[in-house]
Amino acid sequence: MMKRRHAASNRFFMALVFLFLYAPIFLLIVFSFNAGESSVVWKGFSLKWYGELFRDRLIMQSVYTTLLVSLLATIISTIAGTFASIGFYSMRRRVREPLMTINSIPMMNADIVTGVSLCLFFVAFFNLWGDFAGWINSIQGLITLPTRLNLGFGTLLLAHISFNIPYVILSVGPKLRQMDRNLVDAAQDLGCTWMQAFWKVILPEIKPGIVSGALIAFTMSVDDFVISYFTAGSATSTLAMQIYSMTKKRISPKINAISTLLFITVLVLLVIVNIRESHQERAALTRQTGKK
Amino acid sequence: MKNKRSLFAVPYIVWMAFLVVIPIIIMVVYAFTTGATDGSLGAFTLDNFTSMGSYTVVFTRSFKLALIATAVCLLIGYPISYMIAKEGPRFQRVAMVLIMLPMWINFLLRTYSWMSILENNGLLNQIFRSIGLIDLYNSIAIHFAADPSAYQPITYFQMMGTSGAVVLGMVYNYLPFMILPIYSVIVKLDHSLVEAAHDLGANNLCVFRKVIFPLSLPGVLSGITMVFVPSVSTFAISRLLGGGNQMLLGDLIELQFTGGAYNPHLGAAIAMVMMVIVVVCMWVMNHFGEGEEQAVML
Repeated sequence: MMKRRHAASNRFFMALVFLFLYAPIFLLIVFSFNAGESSVVWKGFSLKWYGELFRDRLIMQSVYTTLLVSLLATIISTIAGTFASIGFYSMRRRVREPLMTINSIPMMNADIVTGVSLCLFFVAFFNLWGDFAGWINSIQGLITLPTRLNLGFGTLLLAHISFNIPYVILSVGPKLRQMDRNLVDAAQDLGCTWMQAFWKVILPEIKPGIVSGALIAFTMSVDDFVISYFTAGSATSTLAMQIYSMTKKRISPKINAISTLLFITVLVLLVIVNIRESHQERAALTRQTGKK
Repeated sequence: MKNKRSLFAVPYIVWMAFLVVIPIIIMVVYAFTTGATDGSLGAFTLDNFTSMGSYTVVFTRSFKLALIATAVCLLIGYPISYMIAKEGPRFQRVAMVLIMLPMWINFLLRTYSWMSILENNGLLNQIFRSIGLIDLYNSIAIHFAADPSAYQPITYFQMMGTSGAVVLGMVYNYLPFMILPIYSVIVKLDHSLVEAAHDLGANNLCVFRKVIFPLSLPGVLSGITMVFVPSVSTFAISRLLGGGNQMLLGDLIELQFTGGAYNPHLGAAIAMVMMVIVVVCMWVMNHFGEGEEQAVML
């Protein structure tokens, strides 16, 4: 009896926390369908804000920028991170440990510190480049190098790659450590070249780590605001930056409409991933029991 | 053969040197130099650090709000992780997905969702008005007013722009960061230890104090850092919910780079101080955590 009452109060507390987590999101979604502009008074159902959202050139441009930078950063950082961790894990411990510490700096530091340091680095580099390009242009007439570089898509991409790689290494590394090191030697003894051993032995072994690393990198990129804010300059804008500049001005139901669309996208993706995982689990289970 | 494979890391080591180490060095150099008009570096100075003295209010506010938010997250996060970990596996799975789902929505949108709730004409004030809370407040406050005839009845509670709203924003955004590590430690906890403690005559409170809590400490410590670091460095939450009245360290840094008070040298100095704070936090947490683990092992 005592125990049951305990369980009921536990459930009540959990329900309160979930209410706290979801009520604001729920309100946000409901009022994206509001005909009026208020986010408190309901004036009837309408899809008007979705229409306005898709007609907003700035928002659509920022969605495109976000997707492009996230995809490119994910692809590059996944490949670079995988090779880097293969390199790291064939090093001696004494060499590897300090490198891994440096690798974890961007993950430990507050985003604003990473953003500020990258911003200062890019600006300092552009100054140096300006002097260098001016000098090159003055001593020869064949090619003219641009002397003024600005923060923009390029710097945004570099920043995203550099904060993504540590996460890829973090998820590929453990898979490499779990892998039997003799496998590669065995493959090479049996006549594989190193490249073949890589494609046929290492890659299949560490594939789950690579996939999850890529997924983490992509979500980090899409979600990032602070580092992008400091490295994208004034002409380029990601969706998060666009949302920030909109929320600073005034509450607009267009933001509710974006939130709803993003929430539904995330929900659908999560459901797909979960279904796939449980399918794989079940398949693995039947394979195991089948073997027995 | 082995050495050849480690060459794969060379490009990334060069990359790290350029995009991790050198930027931090540049930041430190900026923090210790004066600004020069032509964009080159000026002379060595400590002015950037001494001038921070005039921002003591911002420093103390940042720490106060971040500490309160971390404490609230711990007070909500620990019990909820514990309760979830005690449920059945299916319930646990669903509950953890539900805890993590908001983390997938951009934190600006999560913060924005509170703006329409906390506004002067927002949802909470509407509810307070309709249940008569505001009238009740007025009828009580008029008795305490120095001059009852001059008392201006309020029509709403001011919530936006207060430090409470900023703390609420931090708690709402970073609560999952507290729950996840604590939950993952508690769920892996060896249940036979709890049983052994019970068999040896410990009551529930004693088991919690002497077995469960010490064993879950690594999760608690990583939860505390994961909430404290983003809370102390945030600038968007304080801007959106604090409405410019609640300037935090992050806002101060951001102002030095994009605002009218353009002064990257001061901004770099504050960012450097923040980096040192984070490193010290991490070091203390690691040290403390290791000591506890050893104590448990003994």
